[in-house]
Amino acid sequence: MSLHAEDLRVYYQTLRGDIKALDGATFDIADGEIMGLAGESGCGKTTLAHSLIRLTPPLRYVEGRVMLDGEELPIADMERMDDFRFRKISIVPQYAMNAMNPTRKVGKMTAELLASKGADIRELMPELRRRLDLVELTHAVLDMYPIEMSGGMKQRMVMVLSALLDPSLLIADEITSALDVSTQKAVAEMLVEFRDRQFVKSMMIITHDISILYQVADTIMIMYAGQLAEKASTKTIIEAPRHPYTKLLISSLPQVGVKVADVRLKGIPGTPPQLLDPPAGCRFRDRCSVAFGKCLEEPPFVEVARDHMVACWKEPGRDA
Amino acid sequence: MRRYFGRKILIYLLTFFLAVTIDWLIPRFMPGNPVQNMLSRVAVHPEAVEAMRGYFTRAFGLDVPVWQQYLNFWAALFHGDLGVSVYMFPQRVADIILRAVPYDVALLLPAILLSWLAGNKFGAYAARTKWLDNTVLPLGYTLTATPYMWLGIVLAWVFGIVLDVFPFAGAYSYDLSPHLSWRFVGDVLHHWFLPFASLFLVQFGGWAIGMRNMIIYELEADYSHYLEALGAPRNLIRNYAFRNALLPQLSGLALQLGVIVAGALVTEVVFSYPGIGYLLLAAIQNQDYFLIQGCFLFIIVFVLLANFAIDIIYVLVDPRTRRGMTGETA
Amino acid sequence: MKKGKRSEFLFFAFRNNKLRVGLSIVLFFLVVAIVGPFLTDNEPLKYVNPGGAEPPSAEYWLGTTTFGQDVFSQFVHGLRATFLVGALGGGIGTLLGVVIGFTAGYRGGLVDEALNMLTNIVLVIPTLAVLLIISAYLEVRGIVMESVFIGCTAWPWAARAIRAQTFSLRSRDFVDLARLSGKRSWKIILTEIAPNMMSYLLLVFILQFGGATLNAATLDFIGLGPTSGISLGLMMNYAVLWGALLLGIWWWFVPPGLAITAIVGALYVTNVGLDEVFNPKLREM
Repeated sequence: MSLHAEDLRVYYQTLRGDIKALDGATFDIADGEIMGLAGESGCGKTTLAHSLIRLTPPLRYVEGRVMLDGEELPIADMERMDDFRFRKISIVPQYAMNAMNPTRKVGKMTAELLASKGADIRELMPELRRRLDLVELTHAVLDMYPIEMSGGMKQRMVMVLSALLDPSLLIADEITSALDVSTQKAVAEMLVEFRDRQFVKSMMIITHDISILYQVADTIMIMYAGQLAEKASTKTIIEAPRHPYTKLLISSLPQVGVKVADVRLKGIPGTPPQLLDPPAGCRFRDRCSVAFGKCLEEPPFVEVARDHMVACWKEPGRDA
Repeated sequence: MRRYFGRKILIYLLTFFLAVTIDWLIPRFMPGNPVQNMLSRVAVHPEAVEAMRGYFTRAFGLDVPVWQQYLNFWAALFHGDLGVSVYMFPQRVADIILRAVPYDVALLLPAILLSWLAGNKFGAYAARTKWLDNTVLPLGYTLTATPYMWLGIVLAWVFGIVLDVFPFAGAYSYDLSPHLSWRFVGDVLHHWFLPFASLFLVQFGGWAIGMRNMIIYELEADYSHYLEALGAPRNLIRNYAFRNALLPQLSGLALQLGVIVAGALVTEVVFSYPGIGYLLLAAIQNQDYFLIQGCFLFIIVFVLLANFAIDIIYVLVDPRTRRGMTGETA
Repeated sequence: MKKGKRSEFLFFAFRNNKLRVGLSIVLFFLVVAIVGPFLTDNEPLKYVNPGGAEPPSAEYWLGTTTFGQDVFSQFVHGLRATFLVGALGGGIGTLLGVVIGFTAGYRGGLVDEALNMLTNIVLVIPTLAVLLIISAYLEVRGIVMESVFIGCTAWPWAARAIRAQTFSLRSRDFVDLARLSGKRSWKIILTEIAPNMMSYLLLVFILQFGGATLNAATLDFIGLGPTSGISLGLMMNYAVLWGALLLGIWWWFVPPGLAITAIVGALYVTNVGLDEVFNPKLREM
């Protein structure tokens, strides 16, 4: 098992109380697996990402365990996590375009960062160059300041940097959101290359754009209102989802070749619940067309078929 | 980089031109007549008064048409001729001012440099230690809100009179005349300390507060968060934050020069320190228009030169400006 | 501002320590300035105590000067003058800064370039030197005149800040939306941009107020303030002139400077507090 998360709860502190941004996540990511994490804005996907790698106020750790390669990740302890960061677990952040120090040449910043983590850039230079070639960046970027690079260049540089020490798990947080479609494709494919060449063992790609995940992810996990709704192989999620929310999500995607005149785009009526004081039981209850009495009780995230997890009373677990 | 300096130099030249024009303009369009004032101070026979009036008018170049006076002024400027003082007739204005300049340099240069460096250092420390922050913050706000002359007065009173450890008037003891000896140097330093301290403390407060806020701002920037996410040690993150925070502090120094000069002016008045500020005040009180003009000009030139120096230093410190990308447009 | 937003601001405003402390100090001195002169019958410059300089006592709360003038009376009347110049000078500076900064930021292009150059030039010139020269040549000066001069030399700071703010607001989506919907220019300014600038303007004004107070005190101290009346700076001028330092008459020069330090410092702290209230990101948890 690469990553194993058990009942992870991380709340967001505000003056008005705790926002239950991540409320009980239990899932696994296997070695070599690229898992896509999707859901609407505010569903908790970025909270999950930050919990794994940088749990600082206003985020507050409540309970849960995370194991990476059999070792426990001390996510609540900022200092002890430093040993794991960059080497075992790494992230390409949402703000990748601003992630580099504006007054330092990229190469110098990399060298200083590596030195501070006990690595020597001179030893890593050949590998670094190979990776720059892979993402189609000229070696000259090391001699540039971030302001001299385009947005796409900066993003690719951060991708290379974050994966430089071959982490077990690489989290990619909304890295395609600000790009145009053709660049999105290129970047997504680069990510897969990273895994195929074993720069990283497994990946978590966070996005609200399921079409990207369809192209590159092995499995997709759908989140809703701070909780996990469904996790299955990409094919299953797209073609045969079982959670009511996932079904609505997939069917609301526009299809190529289908005109609005023929088939109108379907949205999902209603809005996600407030997480300051979330409703009891299943959080999708109010928007669900098949909700019934039992939905007042929170459905567990159980295995309904091989490697297919769903949290819905209508889809009982295999051993139910 | 050429564009960066080009713009700056243009502004400085325009400012210089404007300042010189104002400098020349004001005495001539204000009530009062310098020659008349001079004459009224000397009770002389009426015929002699007329002769003297003619002489002085010619001596001060007031007998030619206005536009010619203006051009003469510029011409004289380039010859280093700032005219003759009325109050300290017949000394040349340029000479009087040049005698005062070393005192200003001795006061301002260390005060500005040390307060900027020390203030930034303390501000950086305050940004990361809670207990230090709780003391530096209120202290800094108090110091920066203190009027320069009041701090000078209080220091002079406490240390000069009550505790009697420092002298509080003049640049050196009245019974000494300038000569090179340890005794004299020590005496000068003794007199120099309180005015220096006064200037240093107020600025120090301002820089400490500014730096503290800048560092907090830098620590919240995306690049700091990224380094944290990659597990970089706090030293590296703080180092980057500090270096980046210094840049706006440097630009801020250029902007503060006018205020600092004003502070030096009043501090000299409080301590009777013979710098240009003290001179300017004496000139105003004695209505010596030419001395006023000269002092004003000197102050402007000093500020422009200082601004330019800081611009050069900024280019050296911010690597982006060298690449043609202006980080700061001060 | 919408009703919900206003109450949210008030909520945070009341809880913010810096705002509470700063505002309290400023209000305290304001009250003293307004009420103080009614508490004493003595004119500030009248020689009321034949005994000359005497330390604070029950009769003369802040003692008397070398000439037997009531220091408390000078203090409270001086406070009034100080607040007046601060408000007026600060107001003029803010107004000029708004006009120039906003025009530069909103119009952009050549107008911006020209105004920017003007701002930079006035910024570089040391204000006190100019104030000295202008004041020196005027035989009679009043508070209003002093405020006008101070305002006319202090506006570059405000102009720069407001220009930057205007730039950032101008390019925001809601302004583009208003333009696309065909709203006229001045209407956009009034209904979309102005409300967002209000909070910023308040911050700018507070800083201008503090700066004007300091500038006025400095001018008065050199003797180039108003030719009649009394102010805190003038008190310090007289004190030094008449040897208060040597004679140890501390009650003459300590209170005025202390008051200025307290007021300006409180204004700065209030400014920081207000900034925290308006910018949710800065609020401490």
